[in-house]
Amino acid sequence: MSGFLAVLWREYLFFKRRFWTITTSSMVAPLLYLITFGWGLGRSVNLSGVDYINFLVPGIVALSTMNTSFNAIATPLSIARLYDKTLEEYMVAPITILSFAAGKIVAGAMRGIYAALIIITISFIFGARLEINVLFLALMFLNCLVFSSLGFLVALKIKSHPDMARFNNFVITPMIFICGTFFSLDRVPEIMRHVINVLPLTPASQGLRAVALGGEIPLWAPAVQIAYLLLFTGWGLYVCNRVE
Amino acid sequence: MIALDQVTKRYGDTVSLDSLSLHIKEGEFFGLLGPNGAGKTTLIRIISALTVPTSGRVLVAGEPVNRNNTKFKSQIGLVPQHNNLEPELTVVENLQLHGMLYGIPKKESAGRIKELLDFTRLTDKADTQVGKLSGGMKRKLLIARALMHKPAILLLDEPTVGLDVSSRRKVWDLIKGLHKRGITIVLTTHYLEEAEALCTKIGLLKKGRLLMSGSLDELKNMVGPVVVEQFYNDKTVLYFYKDQKEALKAASSMGEGITVRQSRLEDIFVKLTEEKSE
Repeated sequence: MSGFLAVLWREYLFFKRRFWTITTSSMVAPLLYLITFGWGLGRSVNLSGVDYINFLVPGIVALSTMNTSFNAIATPLSIARLYDKTLEEYMVAPITILSFAAGKIVAGAMRGIYAALIIITISFIFGARLEINVLFLALMFLNCLVFSSLGFLVALKIKSHPDMARFNNFVITPMIFICGTFFSLDRVPEIMRHVINVLPLTPASQGLRAVALGGEIPLWAPAVQIAYLLLFTGWGLYVCNRVE
Repeated sequence: MIALDQVTKRYGDTVSLDSLSLHIKEGEFFGLLGPNGAGKTTLIRIISALTVPTSGRVLVAGEPVNRNNTKFKSQIGLVPQHNNLEPELTVVENLQLHGMLYGIPKKESAGRIKELLDFTRLTDKADTQVGKLSGGMKRKLLIARALMHKPAILLLDEPTVGLDVSSRRKVWDLIKGLHKRGITIVLTTHYLEEAEALCTKIGLLKKGRLLMSGSLDELKNMVGPVVVEQFYNDKTVLYFYKDQKEALKAASSMGEGITVRQSRLEDIFVKLTEEKSE
């Protein structure tokens, strides 16, 4: 437990010191999406009886929580391992690998939640009308945990800093566009739809949208995300036990 | 206190430690010497669970070394070769973080921090970000951090590398003071005078193997306490003898450019590391 709290405290200090940088950088991409797609298409486009901005915001929340949670852990942890070597301080300390991993993953998820709250606030200013309830927040937190744990795993697996940029280019960025964040997957060819449905971001955008628009949550969505969370965390723990 | 039994570490085809066995007793000040790539840092990293050995067994204070064994970890304080302090945190925050990681109660931690800043003369830098400290100050902070939890064993991996003479002497005094307090110390160094000045026992490593270990006098006796140094064909050659009489007798037949003197650690190091590679 002391390891978990120590990691959280360190992340809190980092957050406090870089508050404005973190806050403004959390706003840039979603703000651009809202301006171009929200204002640009906004209420003039209607998807199955839903204003496009209301359709869009849950997708932006999903992709922003993914991006923020992933990058809040992946980049600093890879620097701590490969460059600053500060990871060693945690590996030598009398804490379990589980408490270290839990601290990092939860800290990353909290950063995702912070970014999401900013986006939701901005989207209401943009005129979005959505149902934000406990289930929405729970799905959002689950998505944050999934990508924070992926960030933890990737940070420990990569061999150099350019590897991180490559992972972002080939895995994270494509998911932003294809996982049902900006458009409905109904018109995607069936085979492609099955593939996209099992990508880790799709259940988040589908689940969040269903709740935000007052529909029923597809049960497969949290189930797939929990499976990913367990996979990434378990794999991350395994790698962390051996990382040098 | 520290026991390594047939420890091997391989990185692909490269053997960093080769079936190394070593026992370090409680209260010893053990110096590990060796040329670059001898395996000194790998050995320190294995003892502190930062590196997993390919084979062999490592015990620290009777506990098997592995990353999830928190019992042995609380016994160890590590000062790594490189600076691994949190650069964005201040001096005090780095120590506070260490205190939290080691489960030290807040009040006790504050007291320890005050004491250690005083000991390392960093009190006036308490609120300075680590990134803004000089190299010598960072080394001292690394030592202070390693002492926060009062470890029984201190592992120092080239603690004075890159420091000027004055800073090096200050770090030496710190380390000497710690040994006087009864802490078991393992030190790796390139500086032979450092090992000679500080260590009660020395081990010579080369290509992952322990060539020899013992006190300085024991090492001298193993190789020869008296040395005849001859400068011949643009090269210095050393001959070791068990006493002065034997050395003088040999020197008398060698011609010019001869010096007869007591052997030093440097002579033993050169003899062993060059001998074994021939």
